[in-house]
This record gives sequence, structure tokens and C-alpha cells, in this order.
Amino acid sequence: MENNLLSVIIFAPLAGAAINWFVGRRVRDERFIGVVACGSVAISTLVAFYLAFNSHGALRGEAPVLDHIWTWLQVGNFRADFALAMDRLSGTYALFITFVGFLIHVFAVGYMHGEAGFYRFFAFLNLFMFSMLTLVLADNFVLMFVGWEGVGLCSYLLIGYYFDRTEAGDAAKKAFITNRIGDWGFVLGIMLTFFVTGSVSFFANPAAGEAAHTALSFFKTAPVEPFTAGAIIAGGATSIAVLLFIGAAGKSAQIPLYVWLPDAMAGPTPVSALIHAATMVTAGVYMIVRCSEIFVHAPAAMFIVAIIGAATALFAATIGLAQNDIKKVLAYSTISQLGYMFLACGVGAFIAAIFHVITHAFFKALLFLGSGSVIHGMHHEQDMRRMGALKKYMPITFATMVTGWLAISGVPIFAGFFSKDEILWRTWSAPAFSLPSTGWAKFLWAVGALTALLTAIYMTRMMVMTFWGKERFRETDESKHQEPDHHHGPVEPHESPWLMTLPLIVLAVLSTVGGFIGIPYALSSVFTDRNVNVLEHTLESAVATVPPGLHAEVSSEPIGESHEPAPVPAPAETAHSHEEITAERLLAGLSVLIGLLGIGAGWYLFQRRPLMQMPRLLENKYYVDEIYDAALIRPIETGSREGLWKLVDVGAIDGLLHAIGEAVTEMGRLARYLQAGFVRGYAAIILFGALILIGLFAYLGFPGM
Amino acid sequence: MEPQLSWYLALSAILFTIGVTGVIIKRNVIAMFMCIELMLNAVNLTFVAFASFFQDVTGQLFVFIVMTVAAAEAAVGLGIIIAIFRNRESLDVDDASILKL
Repeated sequence: MENNLLSVIIFAPLAGAAINWFVGRRVRDERFIGVVACGSVAISTLVAFYLAFNSHGALRGEAPVLDHIWTWLQVGNFRADFALAMDRLSGTYALFITFVGFLIHVFAVGYMHGEAGFYRFFAFLNLFMFSMLTLVLADNFVLMFVGWEGVGLCSYLLIGYYFDRTEAGDAAKKAFITNRIGDWGFVLGIMLTFFVTGSVSFFANPAAGEAAHTALSFFKTAPVEPFTAGAIIAGGATSIAVLLFIGAAGKSAQIPLYVWLPDAMAGPTPVSALIHAATMVTAGVYMIVRCSEIFVHAPAAMFIVAIIGAATALFAATIGLAQNDIKKVLAYSTISQLGYMFLACGVGAFIAAIFHVITHAFFKALLFLGSGSVIHGMHHEQDMRRMGALKKYMPITFATMVTGWLAISGVPIFAGFFSKDEILWRTWSAPAFSLPSTGWAKFLWAVGALTALLTAIYMTRMMVMTFWGKERFRETDESKHQEPDHHHGPVEPHESPWLMTLPLIVLAVLSTVGGFIGIPYALSSVFTDRNVNVLEHTLESAVATVPPGLHAEVSSEPIGESHEPAPVPAPAETAHSHEEITAERLLAGLSVLIGLLGIGAGWYLFQRRPLMQMPRLLENKYYVDEIYDAALIRPIETGSREGLWKLVDVGAIDGLLHAIGEAVTEMGRLARYLQAGFVRGYAAIILFGALILIGLFAYLGFPGM
Repeated sequence: MEPQLSWYLALSAILFTIGVTGVIIKRNVIAMFMCIELMLNAVNLTFVAFASFFQDVTGQLFVFIVMTVAAAEAAVGLGIIIAIFRNRESLDVDDASILKL
């Protein structure tokens, strides 16, 4: 269904960015800039809700809402249009992006008050909304990549917002360059997709003259590739999926490309909340779920996704335990939660991944904005060791943060509980499709459960260090603040203005009730027989499911490590067998216990000793930055300087050019003697030339004689 | 004894060699010019000798062409020599080793 309103969603923020950039910089009125920025996002939000929920809305009907804006690239068979599509998946995404984005814009108006670059900040923030919505609503890979790069650019601009600070500039560059590595995989994935399927579109739009078959529909009929290492380089679905995952790992900060996200906290806190927690970093998850049709044909790639996801979740959670910067804790927590989402994708629970993306957007945006409120109230102090007892001074921030804390720790009825529990259950019950055996499912579940425990512990530590205990912000520590302009006397924390607390309250409500959109049947059936899993109903048709009975098909052609044709399990989605429901309830109870245990342990450990020294290895983030520096950056730097520059460029290339030039000069210098200007010399040369010719003719004979 | 073709050719070769040698060793531009004429006429002699030997008039025709060209060349060449002399007050070719004055 064609609806031109769809383009309003992306172009309203773009217009806002343009107005703020060109007009706002001259007006320099915070009220004007704030209204333009928030208003443009509000328009997007309203249009998104209208298009999703009207009578033919994307979330209610089966057909996606399409908007073909113009034909962008057409070269031979290759066709990429500037076209938007809102189906149930991108609609769901667009809803929470616009809504959470709107709240964060409102918060930022309060947070950025008095900043010199106020107009610049909001122009970039609006530009980010434009890019993010382009990414999500794009109808083909190429336009998606435009949005993908756009959010990368905005991320770069906003991390480096305080461009007069070296670490902000360095962090911005680090984020951009690390993402380049991922983008390399993404671009190759797009190329291979076109090469294999002959299309880069997601949805067919015959009205705009597009071909009926698309990149995704191609795979609907394709056979599932075997679960072997060889499939990764075979150039089919598995290769595409792995390349796309490299792109997703860059954008969504997975091992080994996660290193940019903690440093990205150098940007203003609303940026961390919007870009580096709620929206942009989940673009990788979106891309994988959008391409789930490809992934369910590539079990080996899904296995990689699951392993990387689980490893990242655990790895980042352990680092998060030992950070002292409030934003760093949340950054590592974000990486860890993204790991959860990838774990879900890897075991085929795409809907659970999206569910966690949504709830995570609520509670992590809440936590980040709460930390922003704390930082604001503490006059830009981020070190939790210098906080403490803030609940007395910032009651609203405290109350909302508690909600986020309970949500991320997995306490029942809060949003995080349902999504995290869903992921853990899906992992536990994952079929052997994308895993070598069901034993792997149990192992991954154990990793996820351990991560959940650590999550509860470090979040409790953060809350205790910030809001409880003694007031440590009055202690002046001269050794740590040597900058003379940093007038850091004893600060008096204060509650933030309503512009900042209001979004906190809204997000706190969402973090509490947001999980109700996806209550699994096993839990809701305690109270009612109706299946109230709205999210699953909505997304079922938009997301591919892992085909049951796969291995019988695959094992007919045993390549590499073969798998015994396991008896096909019944499709888990539809049949809610009694044992399964019991198992799911048991596991849910177990995750509640884990969450409460984590909170209890955190409380016990840190209530009395909030400044407890954490293991150095964790505090220094496993020295990963140092290892990367020594293993990659230094060799590249040295190799570039000594090898490429001094040897190849100066030595070989410049040397060759100079040699050619000098040879010509030298030949000219010698040839100069021939033309001395003495006529008799020329005559002698003619004579010798004639003699040589005659001699040659005499010796060889005249041609033709 | 009847003159043989080889006699004419030998004489022609001697004259030509004298001409070449003169062009190379003489500094006086008039003398060089005369040596060039000598070389041309040495060639003319071979043409006439061969024409007589083969009973073919083509060789004699060639001699006329060479003489015409030599006359034209003499006109141009002497003009150049006079111009050089006016500018340099000298007939030594080694004094005229650069184009500009």
C-alpha cells in the first residue's frame, strides 16, 4: 500500500536539522531551537503512530506501507530506489525510535541548557533521527546503508561534540574507524546479496516498476545450507549472513569491535542515551532480524552470532562490575545487553531479540538519562566514588532510576524481566538447528544466566554507590583535580528541572509496563487462557522462523562435520505442550531468583563498602585497548611509517620517478655535446653516419639485390 | 687503351673524397662551399659514366637535375654566406657556432 505520509517521518527531522543549522545558529534562542528540534521529532512520532495503527496501518494489516520517493540508481539489473517501507518490523522499530527519541530530545533541552553549541547539538541530533529512521524504513539494502552511514556520521559528530577535548575527538575517531571495519563486511554482504539474488530490495513494489522478486523472497525458496565451516566461504546464504553480521557487530558493539562504545561516552549524556543505548546500537539487531530470512538458511552463521553474542554479554558484564564512571558502567551494560540480543538472534528467537531491543530502549534510555540527571545535578561529576547519598537530593531521579535498575536486573513485572526471560527460555529450548547439539543450548543458557546475575550485581553496585551510603561529594580531592579552571569546591547536588525529570518519569512508566506487550503464554496462562503476547502476534509474519526438521534434509549430503538426523521436534512456537510450559515457568522462576540473588549480593557487598577495590584486570577492561594498541595499531603505525611511507613511497615510488627524471636529464646532458654548433662537426657526423650505412650495406647486402 | 668505366669511377671517388675531406677540415666557409660543389660534380661524373656505359639517357637527365639544384643551392648558400660575413666580419665557420649574435 502506497502512502506518501511515510516520507514525512524521515524528512521532518531533516527539516528540523536544516532549520536549526541555518536559522538556529543566528537566532541562538534556546527556546526556538528546542521547539524546532522536539517539534520535528514529535511530527515524526505522530505520523509513525498514525501509519502504524490506522485502519490499514502497518502493524494492523498484512501488507507493508510503501512510499516510493524516487528512482535512485538503475544500472542494468541493479536497481536501488529511494523508497521507504514500513512493515510490522520496521513499524515497531520506528515507533520506539521516534517516541524514545522525542523524550530524549526533551530531556536534552534541559541538559544542554547554556551550552555554546546548543544549535549545533540539536541539528546533529535531528540529523541522527533522520538517518536512523532512513535506516529502519529503507526498502532496500543500499538505502539502509545510507542510513547506516548517516547514523555513524552523526554518532561521530556527537561523540566529538566537545571538540575542544582531546579524548572526545579521539573517541569520535575511534568510533568512526571501528565502524568502518564493520561497514566493510556490510558492503561486501550487500554486494554478495545482489550477486546471489539479483536484487537488493526488501519488499516488492510493482506499482513503482520494481521486479516482483526481492533479495529476501529469493531465500524463501532456497534450500538451507549445511551447518559446516565450509559454508562460510561458499558464497551463499551463510557467507552473506556472516558478512552482514560483521557489519552488525561493528554498529552494535560486539566482540571484537565493541571497543568504541565505552569511549563514546565522551559525548553528552543524551547522545549516549539516544545513540549509544536506545537506537543506533540496536541497528545491528534490526538488520539481522530484517535479514532473518537469510539467517535461517545459514545455520553456521547463526551459530557464530550466538557464540559472539553470549561471549560479549558475559565479557562486558564482568568489565561493567569494576567501572567507577557511572556512564562507563552503563556503556558496558549496553554492550552486554546487546550481546543478549545477538544471542537471541543466534538461536533463532528473532522476536525475543526485538522484544529486548524495545524494553532495553526504555530502561537503558531511562538509566542513561537518569545518570545524565545525576551528572547535571552533580555539576558534571561522573565518578561514582565522589557521589553517594544522592537519593536525598534528587528524589525524582532516584525513584525513576530505581525502576530502571529493577527492570534491567530482571525483577518481575518490570519490562526487562519479560524480555530477558524470553531470551533465556528460547536459548534453553533452542533446537539443534543453529547449534551443534542441544547441549550447546544449555551451555549458552548458563552463560546468559551468569550474565543476568552479574548484571544485577553491577547495577546494584552503581545504584548503591550513587544513591545510598555516605555523602562523598564534599570530600575535596586535590590530587585528582588539578585544572585550575575546574572550580570544584564542595558541590551541592540539586534535582534537575522538569524538562529533564518529565522524560524520566515517562520512561520509568514504560520501563515498568513495557514488558506487558510480550508476556509469554506460559506466564500469562496462569491468569488467563487468552494468548496476550501482542508483540509475537504482531511480528510473527514479519520475521522468519527456524525451519523444523532441518537436519534430516541436510544430512543427505554429508559435507564436513555431519550431524546425525535428530528426530524432528514439533514446531515450538505453535504447540504449547504441558512439559514445555512447566519448564518455561520453572526457568522464569529461576531467572527471578538469579535477579534477586544478584541484587542481594550486590547490596550485601557494596552497601557497607561502596568503594571496594575491584579486580584490577576488570577495572582495566582486560587491557583490551592496550592489546589492540600493541597488536594492531602499533604495527599498522610502524608498518605505515617505516614500510609504506619511508620504504614504498619515498624509496620505491619517489625513487623510481626521480630515477626516470635524472636519466632523462643525464641523456640530455650527453646529447648536448652532439649539437655544439660547429658546422664541421655536423659534417663529420653525417660522414660517419654515411660510412656506417655503407658499411652495413656492404656487409649485409643491399635489400632487394 | 680505351678508357674503362672503372677509371671514371675511381676518379669520381677521388674527387668525392677530396670534397668530403675539404668540408670537414676547411674552416673557410667559401672553401667548404666549393668542396660541396666538388662532391656534387663527382657524383655527376658517375652518372655520366654509367649513362655512357649502359647506353641509357636517364643518367644524363639526372645530371641536369643535380646541376639545377646545385645552381639554386649556390644562390641560397652564397646569400647566407654574405649575411654571415656582414654580421660577423669573418668567414670562419667556427665563429658561427651559435644561432644568436
